[in-house]
Amino acid sequence: MPTRGFALPSLAAVFSCIAIVAIVAGGAPASHAATLDEAIQGLSAKSYKDRAVGVEVLAATGHPRTIPILEAMAKGQLFVRKADGVLVIGHKTGKVYSLTNALDGSAVGDARKKELKKVKVNNRLRGVIKAALGGLTLLSDDPDQREEAAAAVFAARDAGALETVEQAIAREEDPGLLDQLTLAKAAIETNPDFPLDVRLAAVERLSESALPEVRSLLASLSQESEPDAEVRASAAEALDAVERDLAFWNLLGAIFQGLSLGSVLLLAAVGLAITFGVMGVINMAHGELVMLGAYTTYVVQQLFRDFAPGGLDYSLAVAVPAAFLVAGAAGVAIERSVIRWLYGRPFETLLATWGLSLILQQLVRTVFGPTNREVSSPSWLSGAFETATGLVLPYNRVAIIIFSLLVVAGIALVLRRTALGLYMRAVTQNRSMASSMGIRTGWVDAATFGLGAGIAGVAGVALSQIDNVSPNLGQAYIVDSFMVVVFGGVGNLWGTLVGAMSLGVINKFLEPFAGAVLAKILVLVAIILFIQKRPRGLFALKGRAAES
Amino acid sequence: MFRNQRHLVFAGILAASTALSGAAQAETIKVGVLHSLSGTMAISETTLKDTMLMLIEEQNSKGGLLGKMLEPVVVDPASNWPLFAEKARELIEQHEVAVIFGNWTSVSRKSVLPVIEELNGLLFYPVQYEGEESSRNVFYTGAAPNQQAIPAVDYLLSEDGGGAERIALLGTDYVYPRTTNKILRAYLNAKGISDADILENYTPFGHADWQTIVADVKKFASEGKKTAVVSTINGDANVPFYKELANQGIKAEDIPVVAFSVGEEELAGLDTEPLVGHLAAWNYFMSVETDENEAFIEKWHAFIEDEDRVTNDPMEAHYIGFNMWVQAVQQAGTVEVDAVRQAMYGQTFKNLTGGMAMMNTNHHLSKPVLIGEIQDDGQFETVWETDGVVKGDAWSDFIPESAKLIADWTFPWVCGNCEAPKYGATADM
Repeated sequence: MPTRGFALPSLAAVFSCIAIVAIVAGGAPASHAATLDEAIQGLSAKSYKDRAVGVEVLAATGHPRTIPILEAMAKGQLFVRKADGVLVIGHKTGKVYSLTNALDGSAVGDARKKELKKVKVNNRLRGVIKAALGGLTLLSDDPDQREEAAAAVFAARDAGALETVEQAIAREEDPGLLDQLTLAKAAIETNPDFPLDVRLAAVERLSESALPEVRSLLASLSQESEPDAEVRASAAEALDAVERDLAFWNLLGAIFQGLSLGSVLLLAAVGLAITFGVMGVINMAHGELVMLGAYTTYVVQQLFRDFAPGGLDYSLAVAVPAAFLVAGAAGVAIERSVIRWLYGRPFETLLATWGLSLILQQLVRTVFGPTNREVSSPSWLSGAFETATGLVLPYNRVAIIIFSLLVVAGIALVLRRTALGLYMRAVTQNRSMASSMGIRTGWVDAATFGLGAGIAGVAGVALSQIDNVSPNLGQAYIVDSFMVVVFGGVGNLWGTLVGAMSLGVINKFLEPFAGAVLAKILVLVAIILFIQKRPRGLFALKGRAAES
Repeated sequence: MFRNQRHLVFAGILAASTALSGAAQAETIKVGVLHSLSGTMAISETTLKDTMLMLIEEQNSKGGLLGKMLEPVVVDPASNWPLFAEKARELIEQHEVAVIFGNWTSVSRKSVLPVIEELNGLLFYPVQYEGEESSRNVFYTGAAPNQQAIPAVDYLLSEDGGGAERIALLGTDYVYPRTTNKILRAYLNAKGISDADILENYTPFGHADWQTIVADVKKFASEGKKTAVVSTINGDANVPFYKELANQGIKAEDIPVVAFSVGEEELAGLDTEPLVGHLAAWNYFMSVETDENEAFIEKWHAFIEDEDRVTNDPMEAHYIGFNMWVQAVQQAGTVEVDAVRQAMYGQTFKNLTGGMAMMNTNHHLSKPVLIGEIQDDGQFETVWETDGVVKGDAWSDFIPESAKLIADWTFPWVCGNCEAPKYGATADM
């Protein structure tokens, strides 16, 4: 019986299934034979393979309901109502799903999850749906949709879509999209069914792009599986040209990745550059102050979710000052309660702050639980700037680079242009002299430590965008932070900046050859050797300040 | 001390009862819980400690075991591997526990192994691991490689899984990923995938900067063959890894990533919208709809007093292991380790995902294998499962020196890593 592979919700469905299978099996063009009603039954077939056939049958009907149905299916919002076998689209609202009939879009009440059977999709099926939707949405009015459609058509390389692509090319006005559409057209025309000259022209067109998808296609055309020797040779040649171009862009990519890693190191280390670099306090709890900043971001986002869901995208703007205050206050408390009794006793400070770091970790674990907390990225930080050469610059990475530079500039301003900065420098350079000039050294110590801690908190906001928000967050950065400060030169902000960025870039250049583990070891060994040669780091303080 | 975070009252009782252990000894059966409650592994192991407390509480509400109440003894090895061995010794020698449920990382299990063998203790280990081990004193309730890694790769190579022809093996640099990838490489070679189409890469624990590696994978995938990634990346490193995948726009339809250490708990800290379709292979998913699973989730939510908490595969492993141990004790009529061990063989219990789990004489379970795709709500949806249960294999068939080893703790073998039965004379019947 041909219907064995199908779920059979009702007798009516059985017959429509038979009808579809008969159409498909008969090899007849299914396009106009199946009505929408019949076609959608194929979507809930039992195996993924049969469901893929169902999608193609549905797409071939060309009915206007096809697009919403397939979109819902791709998102996992298509269900079969268990009671009557009706295909419905469900949107989750609270604990129940509000349903619309897939066939005509009319509302058909609510249902609980138990009453519905989801039409499951897997990666393969999602690909089939995207390809089908691509053919249908190429002529859409929404440029985003057209862009997605062009990508889907490119991936599917289905000769059936060629006519629509040509129509779309004729209508398209956006040059970027036009480029993608002609690429999609070329991808289709590389199919062996096309005449040789068309195929060669298509390969020629493809060779102008260095996108990974294009390279992948060219590579597959240059392999043994390609029947035509001429196409194979031309694809191989095109691939070579692309690869040569790519070497340059890969270099740029590696530099960007290095700067991005460097900016993360810089953010983690810059607070330490103040507490360790300026004050000379070995603060092992520095990482935990970073963690407090990340958790502050989480709390701020939760508050936004509860009270102002519309403003969630701007929660980071609130989180930055909040994290500065929370971590800064924690820093002042630590300085007043523990560190001030231990000035000049580095070993005791090291042990005491290490103990503090464990206490802070466990405190956070007790309050927030041991599992990761989700900090979402605002929509303006999601996505990436992608060049035609395959270089990807994610917005959040770019933002972190800029943010880290702003933070350093801000600290430099505070240290050089404010009264507090003057007091700080005075106290660290000559404590007794500063004291006799009427500066309250105790107060300045607390404020300096608080500033360093606050900056650590601000770093936590940035790190929450790319790393875990868990009690262990800080531990991962403490060693790297000390490394950056020591390498850059203790007490020198400029040194921290250059140190962080160069460590990031060196790391990223070593990684492809040595692997991540060995790259880290090599960097560490290099720094140890470097410190032997220049004990005061890259940019050593000179003059009397260095003597203390 | 902050050992018990949510059940402070319970902790109080616990502390009191531990203090009075001398007096209470006769009336209770002690169950050791050896999971890290602080340090890096607390993120995963605290949940398992809570699971054990829930299971013990439930058993006590049914009247306990052999007419006695069960008493949990919770210790904190603090993610410190040598401390695991000390705490295991403390549990057996000082607290005289009948059984220990614990450990997560393989290195912590290896640390406990000599102690538990020396003192003839009993350990139930609930986490998927690299295999290549069978101890007389350990029951492995998590998946062996043939119950997770091999079926997952089979799926990736299948038509439904996308028909991958190139595989990138990404892992954290320690024993589990290295051993698993060694097995997988041999298996892929046997399947006709040459070494040129396999990329192997290791990163340190807690690796946070994935830009280069993800870019490398992208490049590896753009060489004309359908590519998939097999990830044995562990713990904290996963969140930045998945964030970077999303960052660089890698979609599951193009390059699917199947992970062996990412479950519902790990996804809890992530926005899964860009990750839909990436895969995981386990023996259990929270989303599986069975009556047993529904009841288990309900009990968990009631116990932990938080509707948002998820359940995961190692929790199910403890659930099966604990219930099998209870049955074995009832059958043996004693908690004495050797008797219980004998009673464990062939013991069956219902999986939360349907079907029966069975304990084999190699101390590994027979369980079903599920492959799930990540959904936008942080859950997995099963897209493929084995027809029946798969028997856990202590020694991989794909490592030549292991293939010939047999683990069987019943007569005439009585051995965890032998090529011939220990009592050979009587074996040839």
